[in-house]
Order: sequence, then structure tokens, then C-alpha cells
Amino acid sequence: MGYVRKDGKVGVRNYVAVLPSVVCVSEVVEAIVSRTINTQGILHHQGCCQTPPDLVRTTDCLIKIGENPNVGAILIVSLGCEGVDTDRLEKTLRETGKPVERINVQELGGTSRAIQEGIDKAQKLEMMISGMQRTEVDASNLLVGIKCGASDTTSGIASNPVIGYVADKIVDLGGTVVFGETTEFIGAEQVLKHRAKNAQVAADIDRIVQRMENRAKAVGVDMREGQPTPGNIKGGLSTIEEKSLGAIVKSGTRTIQGVIEYTETPKGKGLWIKDSPGREIELLSGMAVAGADIIMFSTGRGAPQGFPVVPVMKICGNPITYQKMIHDMDVNAGLITLGEKSVEEIGEQTLEMLLRVASGETTKGESIKYCKSMDFYMLGPVI
Amino acid sequence: MKKAIKLNELDNVASLFDTAEKGEQVNVLDTKGKSSILTVLDDIPYGHKIALRDLQVGEQVTKYGYEIGVVSKPIKCGEHVHIHNIESVRGRGDWDAKKQAEVLKDMKH
Repeated sequence: MGYVRKDGKVGVRNYVAVLPSVVCVSEVVEAIVSRTINTQGILHHQGCCQTPPDLVRTTDCLIKIGENPNVGAILIVSLGCEGVDTDRLEKTLRETGKPVERINVQELGGTSRAIQEGIDKAQKLEMMISGMQRTEVDASNLLVGIKCGASDTTSGIASNPVIGYVADKIVDLGGTVVFGETTEFIGAEQVLKHRAKNAQVAADIDRIVQRMENRAKAVGVDMREGQPTPGNIKGGLSTIEEKSLGAIVKSGTRTIQGVIEYTETPKGKGLWIKDSPGREIELLSGMAVAGADIIMFSTGRGAPQGFPVVPVMKICGNPITYQKMIHDMDVNAGLITLGEKSVEEIGEQTLEMLLRVASGETTKGESIKYCKSMDFYMLGPVI
Repeated sequence: MKKAIKLNELDNVASLFDTAEKGEQVNVLDTKGKSSILTVLDDIPYGHKIALRDLQVGEQVTKYGYEIGVVSKPIKCGEHVHIHNIESVRGRGDWDAKKQAEVLKDMKH
């Protein structure tokens, strides 16, 4: 059961997204969100004193967040002198058919006045969309993002295989799955290329891995050196390819349809790679930019992060972590390590839960409002 | 019984979900929950790998259905498989820069 948007995409939530065009007004956004319901602030740190490519990038990311199917309406909060193209942001979002409002802090006479006006506008938007009903839709409408973070020994052998199982199922149901964390492909590119739809996709995989490695080399860092780390070796990882395969297994086994850039959405159904770093704030944001309804997040040591407009399901491979952090963890994949359940059984359980979350059930993180982890991946420098 | 997981039907190693002592038996489970029993020939820590059959020098070590390295010393079924008897073909953290460069010199992405 989802919210069918005018462009045909289906969301699993129905939020008013409050978008600061630039970091300078994010506190205005926070204040508006604190006084209204069903609003989510997209509290990025970009928007000015950046190179033109990064300003375009920030604008594109903000547009894509507004276009995300979980967003029902948008309030744009502009400062007035930002580097982001707020006119393009507003124009493009109006084309979605979603209700859009915009306020300008400098024009309104400062932050407190903007907060007051913003609350009034957010209220108007929230009441416009709050009556929208869910419709029964096919699972092929799902777009699921994938992440792993705070990994430990269990990640490559319990929680990631579970997510891979679910990823395969979603693709087989006609849905879309996006994974990223290009850093983690290093050492296992050949495996991903083997699964690429065609030679162009295989070449694109090489290209994004080399690009990531070159960025690190530009600051004197060799990403292949020191991998696996001493801690990894102690935990059982013998080679870099084993470590990377343990990460990649969360993408399942299906054909990779293509590689998309950080600001893009997949160009069709099936499994896609988004070029993105491993850090949570940028990766989760990249998944939302891709249009993810839900994100599956594998963890071993217990990563708490959620995201403003996209529910994040935590699949925990470590049974001790699961019990300790039971108010943050959704699925106990640790039962696999205890021999009590198979990967398949936990995979089926996770898929069933995903479909319930898609229909309105909340994740642990959503219900305690731990959902602010976001920022857009920039190329730099800040100037 | 101690447990291990065989992640893909092509794999010749399994990963331990327990610390196993030499002489103990290990229940190797696959992703569907099917099991087979193996005797452990070394002390093997949690999360480390056990060989599912005898492996010759130069043979590919397979996990997740793909190559994770090449056997560098003969391995018997039930033995610990780790940095002492498998070599990466793509680089490794405990090598020094010279060795790393040697191995990676001919590496094709």
C-alpha cells in the first residue's frame, strides 16, 4: 500500500520536505520542523562558497529529494544570496505537480519572521497532503537502497548475505535496487564486471573505482595499501578480495543494469550501482536522491543512523549487538550465526518486514525519530 | 556443536560462527540451512575460515562463489585457511610496500 504520485512513482511515506537552499538557513528549517507534524528537514551543509560544479550538484540533489516519492509537498527556505539556483529548484519541483511553497529569510526580515511564515506555510502544505490515502500497488514499484556500516565479522557472513537475498527477490519482483559505496568495490571489481549487463557497464564500474582511487591518490593515499586492516585480519579476513566480496554480497546476484552518478536516478528497473562514498550521511542521501523508498542497512557493531524522508531498516548480523541495541535494530540476522535460522529464513523475514514498512509500519529508528543523518557528497574544494 | 557457514555451493571454505578447537566437530550450514559435519584439524578463531576439502598449492580459494585468493601452502580438509596459507592476487594489508607493488604490478582491474 503506497502513495501514488502524479509521475506514477509510489512512495511509502507522505512527508512535507523542508529544504534549506543553503546551510545558513538550516536552523530556520529546524525551527519550522519542530513546530509542525509530518515535516522533515533536509539539513545539508552545502549551498554557497563552493565551486560551480558543486553548486549545481547541491541544486540537483535538492531537486531529487523533492522528487523522491516519499515526499508529498515541499517548502523551500531560501536565504536570498545563496549560490544554489533556488529558482531552478522551485521551477523543477513545481513541475512534479506536488504543492510547493517558498520563503526568503532576508526578504521577510530575518530568521524569527521567516520561522513564523515557514510554520504557517508548512501547516498549509501538511494539511493539503494529510488526507492522501494509500493505494494497493505492486511490489515492482519499490526502489530499495542498500548500505552497510559499523561492520564486524558477522557482516560479510550473516547480515550482508541476508540483504543480498532480499535484493534478488526485489529485482525478481520487478522492482529496483540501488547499491553504492564504490570504495568497497576495490579488490572485487572483476566480480561486479562479471555481473554487468554489457561491456559499457563493466567499463563504467572500472571508471568509478579508478576515479575514487585517484581522488585518494591526489591527497597521497593508496586505498589498496593496508587492506585488509590488522583488525580485519584478526577478525578472519585474509585478502582484500574477500573483504570486498563480503561487502558486495549485499547486492545479491542479479545483473547490474548500469552505473549512475551521485545526482542521478536509475534509468530503469533492476539492480543499479550509484557512485558514492561509504560514509553514511552521503550514502543515505545518495540513495534518497536516487529515489529510494526504503533503505536496508546492514550492521554488526550497531550503526544507529536513519534518514529524514526514507525509512531505514537495520539488519544486524551480531546477536549480541541486536540484544544490546534492540531499540535501534530491526532484524536479528545474528540468529544465523547462532545456527538457529538460515540465511534464507531471515531473508524471507526481512522481505516480509520490508513490505510491511512499505505499507506504513515504522522501523525502530523512525519511531524514536533517529533520522537526521544526511549531507550531499561534494567534490570540493570549499572556497 | 560448533557452527560454520558455507555461503555459496561453489565454495571450498566455510566461515566459523564459533571458536573451534582442534579435534572438535563443526556443523557446516549452507544458506538454506542444510548441514554437513566436518572435523577441525587446527584451533580456529571465530569468523575465520575452515577448508571444506584438501586444497593444492596454486588452487583458487572460493568464497561467495568467487576467488578470494590462491593457496600458497598445501591445505587439508578441516584446516584453518588464512594469511599463512592463502595469497591475495590483489593486494594485502600486512605486506610491505615492495611486496604490494610486486603483486599489483601485473594486476588487471
